[in-house]
Amino acid sequence: MLFTSYEFIAFAAILLLLYYILPKTAQKYVLFCGNMIFYAVTGWQNLIFLFVTICTTFGAALWVDKNLKAQKEQLALHKADWDREQKKAYRSGEKTKRKMAVAIAAIVNVGLLAFVKFPHTQFQFLMPMGISFYTLMSLGYLFDVYRETQEAEKNLFRYALFVSYFPQLVQGPISRFNELSETLFKEHDFEGKNITFGLYRILWGFFKKLVIADRLAVAVGTISGDFGTYHGSYIFLEMFLYTIQLYADFSGGIDVTIGLSEMFGIHVTENFIRPYFSKSLKEYWRRWHITMSTWFRDYLFYPISITPWMQNLSRFLRKKCGERVGKRLPVYLASFIVWAVTGIWHGTTSNFIVWGIINWFILMVSEELEPLYEKFHARFIPASRRGWQAFMVLRTFTMLCFLKLFDCYATAGEVFRAFGSAFSEPNPGEVGANLFSLGLTPWDYLVAGCGALLMLGVSLLQRRESVRLQLSKKPFALRAAVGMGLFLVTLIFGAYGVGYDASQFIYNRF
Amino acid sequence: MDTRKEVLEILEELHPDIDFETEKSLIDDKVLDSFDVVTLVTELGSAFDIEITAADMVPENFNSLDAMTEMVENLLAEF
Repeated sequence: MLFTSYEFIAFAAILLLLYYILPKTAQKYVLFCGNMIFYAVTGWQNLIFLFVTICTTFGAALWVDKNLKAQKEQLALHKADWDREQKKAYRSGEKTKRKMAVAIAAIVNVGLLAFVKFPHTQFQFLMPMGISFYTLMSLGYLFDVYRETQEAEKNLFRYALFVSYFPQLVQGPISRFNELSETLFKEHDFEGKNITFGLYRILWGFFKKLVIADRLAVAVGTISGDFGTYHGSYIFLEMFLYTIQLYADFSGGIDVTIGLSEMFGIHVTENFIRPYFSKSLKEYWRRWHITMSTWFRDYLFYPISITPWMQNLSRFLRKKCGERVGKRLPVYLASFIVWAVTGIWHGTTSNFIVWGIINWFILMVSEELEPLYEKFHARFIPASRRGWQAFMVLRTFTMLCFLKLFDCYATAGEVFRAFGSAFSEPNPGEVGANLFSLGLTPWDYLVAGCGALLMLGVSLLQRRESVRLQLSKKPFALRAAVGMGLFLVTLIFGAYGVGYDASQFIYNRF
Repeated sequence: MDTRKEVLEILEELHPDIDFETEKSLIDDKVLDSFDVVTLVTELGSAFDIEITAADMVPENFNSLDAMTEMVENLLAEF
């Protein structure tokens, strides 16, 4: 069931109606039934995968929690008669047991993910929707319980409600249990503000997806689908259009998720902070797909960078190669592993793995060049100068255009062939002449261009405060006109009909 | 030697250029970077025979000398 389909709109409307007309105590059951129906529609076998994840992570977290409580009791009991070493040995033994429980659950779930994601296996057709997202969500919860930063949830139903929460099954965000559960398990009164704010956000998401992303997808698909015909300068056009398409698509989907949740009174974490305004790749990764970046940072990068093995390596290198190398190399190594895994998480084909490694390489080189940048700014152009900042934004955007091309082809080899062709076979005249034979008419380019400009304008307005908040202070007539205008524009200019397929969100395939 | 003094010695060895007695936002103000934090986890862990985990790697625990001392003392008190 696509977010942008009539079925989904009808499904969400019925669910909302039931959510607010039934007694408040029934709200969580309405949501849970909604989750199950939404998921079962994508294939009943997907429910099996989902329940395996729910049961294994719930069970392991419960066991870890029990073990921690028993450990505390034992330590309190032997507070006086055990010395420090005895306590340390006991704690270490119990910790190993907890680690084993977590490892088993993690292996089962990562194994399931690998089983359906690995290319060319006969089981790839099983690929359950959103498995990459809900696996990370449930593992994050389990790791938090293991780290004692999260109390284990004792109620299986509540936990299942969290993992299967349908608006975020399509493409995230990767919510944390402590954040989502705060409002997910609460009973909510019907509030007009939640409904109107949610509706505005959904409309904005539909606009980005249907007017911009799905329209540009046609030209991007035409170019990436036939390299023999579309090479040379077409590649520059492709990477530029795809960079806009991906943001409109992914952030549009997240807008629908957050907006719909708002209508239920549920708060879902933001996943983007105007990422294309970033002045460096490092900043970009703090602003794009934030819930994924922070997940990998908290549950992979930090633990890897402080493993005993890494600590020993750091000590060894600091002794042998000096303070700077000893401090940096182990962190870069941990970061390399994290970026390789991030690449594999997106897809097991070579294009994604190389994409991860290139991201790591750029970040590492930027980090190493930092002192040089500082000298440059001190001597030539202050980093705070507006013109320089604009240049940095443009430079980062251009770099992102190149990086995003890795999504467009099936292997790293094809991507590099495309890069090579872009620079070695310039044919801008041919691209200009054939611009309107890529599946888009001049009208389409105009609509997508105006849509992208509107998206840019809204991003600029957001810097002060949420656009909806700004709008809420305006007269009713203006608010209604904006809402109606957005609805009509999406309805009239949305990419439907002949030549367009109602397409799933790009991130749904990850 | 008291814990605070020992933590201060480790910090001064790592960054002799920083006045750790006055700095209160070492992480928030980017005085220390992620490389420093990872090194500190190693150094504090081995100096006090404690295990600093990823869960402890939050800015609040590394923002100042006092915050780091408190974290170390809490981890020591667990035994």
